[in-house]
Amino acid sequence: MTLEEKVIAVIIEQLDVTREECSIEASFIDDLGADSLDLVELIMEMEEIFNVQIADNELEKIRTIGNVLDYLKSKGVVWNE
Amino acid sequence: MKRRVVITGLGAVTPLGNSISETWEGICRGKSGIAGITKFDCTLFETRIAGELKGFDPTRYVNRKEVRRLDDFIIYALAASEMALADAGLTIGAAEAERTGVIIGSAIGGLATMEKEKEAISLGGPRKMSPFAIPSVLANLAAGHVSIRSGAKGPINCSVTACASGTCSIGDAGRIIAGGHADCMIAGGADAAVTPMCVAGFNAMRAISKRNDEPEKASRPFDRDRDGFVIGEGSGVVILESLPHAMERGARIYGEIAGYGNTSDAFHMAAPPDGHEGAARCMQAAIGDAGMTAAGIDYINAHGTATQMNDAFETEAIKTVFGQHARTLAVSSTKSMTGHLLGAAGAVEAIFCLKAIGEGVLPPTINLDYPDPDCDLDYVPHRARKRAIRTAMSNTFGFGGVNAVLIFKKFEE
Repeated sequence: MTLEEKVIAVIIEQLDVTREECSIEASFIDDLGADSLDLVELIMEMEEIFNVQIADNELEKIRTIGNVLDYLKSKGVVWNE
Repeated sequence: MKRRVVITGLGAVTPLGNSISETWEGICRGKSGIAGITKFDCTLFETRIAGELKGFDPTRYVNRKEVRRLDDFIIYALAASEMALADAGLTIGAAEAERTGVIIGSAIGGLATMEKEKEAISLGGPRKMSPFAIPSVLANLAAGHVSIRSGAKGPINCSVTACASGTCSIGDAGRIIAGGHADCMIAGGADAAVTPMCVAGFNAMRAISKRNDEPEKASRPFDRDRDGFVIGEGSGVVILESLPHAMERGARIYGEIAGYGNTSDAFHMAAPPDGHEGAARCMQAAIGDAGMTAAGIDYINAHGTATQMNDAFETEAIKTVFGQHARTLAVSSTKSMTGHLLGAAGAVEAIFCLKAIGEGVLPPTINLDYPDPDCDLDYVPHRARKRAIRTAMSNTFGFGGVNAVLIFKKFEE
């Protein structure tokens, strides 16, 4: 499983959405039905799985699935499972 | 002039079943809903039995995301409310929204969530706390979610009066309609407190049964060998309407709220005063509110928890209020079958009163094998009894000295 696949798997589980809805451009709030609390929980789950700490000011920039991937890559996160 | 208030919809999830029909069938058959605890590892606990829901599928009522983010007491309330609204055939359109309200009480709220999140903090630090923790713990969130789901925009509240919560919710909702502040109310109670803290806490108070080897016999109200109540979980919800509102839409009417009483012991946090004086005054208050006399009550669904103190004191209070009539009226404790649903108890027991009036069946008190000499009324032992009744009283008493009593009567134009 690649990093992208893992991130999308977590999003499917956390937000109860389908794989088809999870395009790279998909916005959590506008496309995936998340509210602000869902986003906080999702980020907590990402922090746990990928062993990173995402600061609140960085949180504001994370709006789409692509944003999450870019952020994780920028922190040097790799995933092969 | 008070407006008349009728009940037009019923919904419940209980240890006896995940619907009204299943639950009522269990009551009529004198079935016990008590079994070993499955919700947590109770190996080290003095009490290892409870009245849990069985085979309840939350995804029938909420999506997978909500299953994770909502405490069970909220999901149970959503399930019971959906059933009650469907049963009443009530859809809340734009015209009704602001005249429809919600009161769902809860004794303990999201205790399971609180315990889980405290563990998360202890193990992982404060950043591990879920953003859904607080809105899952708050007791009024059952009412909140029912309002969001149903679109009811009128009065909203949550009775947190321990084991009287469900009764206070229905009583207060009835008064809101009677006073003209709403036309319809979704009212009841919900609790899901089969949790380590709740079981250990009631054990510490010596309040719950430890008859672990015979779960079905553990809840034995009015019996000589009773050793405390059995914790149950679930939710009961009823739809209340002003009589004109119900008539106009041709609703089926289960019964009418005849009277409501609510008093305080002003005595002790957990024990009743001698003779259960506060409970007696509460029954009298409800009878007065109904404009009836004590002789007009046909059946009492007792608080009947199966603690040593409650059953003897409640019996004494009934004798105080009813005098000679205490010997002729029927009294039973459905907690012998459901266990004690805490904040939901008053709501499901109100439903049993309405079913008793509607079906002409008195629920039994099961496990009454060795009647306590101090408990010498007609408790409808062992088997349900066919008897046409016109009125039923539901007693509930809670920690903090709360007493709440509702009287229902057969609907007659």
